Amino acid sequence: MDPIHQFQIVNLFSLGKLGSAEIAFTNSALFMLTAVVGLTLFLVIGTAGGRAVPTRLQSAAELSYEFVASMVRSTAGQEGMRFFPFVFTIFMFVLTLNLFGLIPYGFTVTSHIIITAALALMVFFTVLSYGLIRHGLHFFDLFVPKGVPIYILPMIVAIEILSFISRPISHSVRLFANMLAGHIALKVFAGFIILLGGALGAVGWAGGVLPFGMIVALTALELLVAFLQAYVFAVLTCIYLNDAIHPGH
Amino acid sequence: MRFLTQVYPISKVRAPFRAAEQQRSLNSKRVESMADGTQGPGNRKQPPDDEAALSARLQRLGERLTQASRPSENGSGPRRTADASAIARGFRLSTELVAGVLVGALLGWLLDRWLGISPWGLIVFLLLGFAAGVLNVMRAAGVVDERHLND
Repeated sequence: MDPIHQFQIVNLFSLGKLGSAEIAFTNSALFMLTAVVGLTLFLVIGTAGGRAVPTRLQSAAELSYEFVASMVRSTAGQEGMRFFPFVFTIFMFVLTLNLFGLIPYGFTVTSHIIITAALALMVFFTVLSYGLIRHGLHFFDLFVPKGVPIYILPMIVAIEILSFISRPISHSVRLFANMLAGHIALKVFAGFIILLGGALGAVGWAGGVLPFGMIVALTALELLVAFLQAYVFAVLTCIYLNDAIHPGH
Repeated sequence: MRFLTQVYPISKVRAPFRAAEQQRSLNSKRVESMADGTQGPGNRKQPPDDEAALSARLQRLGERLTQASRPSENGSGPRRTADASAIARGFRLSTELVAGVLVGALLGWLLDRWLGISPWGLIVFLLLGFAAGVLNVMRAAGVVDERHLND
């Protein structure tokens, strides 16, 4: 009945101690490990044959490659393709975790902000370090727009820097909030059925058809959101990487 | 993983079309209308043309396939159209604004604590953060060009 219960972290077994903190293998880690192993198997088996007429599995693997590759080319240009393995990994990882969350009794790893924040910070520091290595101090041209009068430049630069720092926050919160809100909504509507049936008996169970229809519709919507948020996360990664490749125009 | 290192896996997709091309010359009557799916059902009734017309159509199909599969081959420069659906856009715009304000507030509060200038850091940075949030929203919505503020 508790709609938050589904997000609870459970320690499955302990891996030892680091200082006073326990390093435990949790249900979250289990789902992430399953996603990584499943994705690796999918891609390795799917591309093992390399047939001219692809099998279904090979076709799915090639389609996912083509999808991400065209996304990277259209947002970060041809040069962005050097980050293709990074973007592809992030997209497939997030997409798989989102879809795993929709399986009944599954656990939605991406509904914990620590996971999405770690991914977003990884993108943030990749952009920062690659931009600095590639362009040196010219990377900071990113914060200095051209053609701005000198007397408002300090304020503009401050705003640009704040805008840059706020990126990992909006990047991570978007994915986390979408997954969290969607799964809570599903559980709340499911709870309505039990409440109606418990309070009104047979009439209540019959009335429970209404929230049940809502759950069906929400599940379809969640399927869309799961894909869409993985896509948006990857597209924003490309846009941010584009700034590291071409800072200040 | 050869899958990730392959530059144009589209060649694998085109291979079956090449195979179909050879087969088509054998039994061209039966499959010729499949080549141009976009010409509509009206053309399906037409009798098969001779070999020259058929190969010209196959060439056109090949060109269209190349065009459709590699839209941004020549443009190595940046492009900034993130095409997502309306829901995603809505969520994106709201989080951009909130993120800007939050970062401003956090930085202002930290500056207040470190420099002991309370409450001026919070006041100034909250306003700057709000401006950054609005800038984020405008960029996400594509109202202003990404890096050029004043045009």
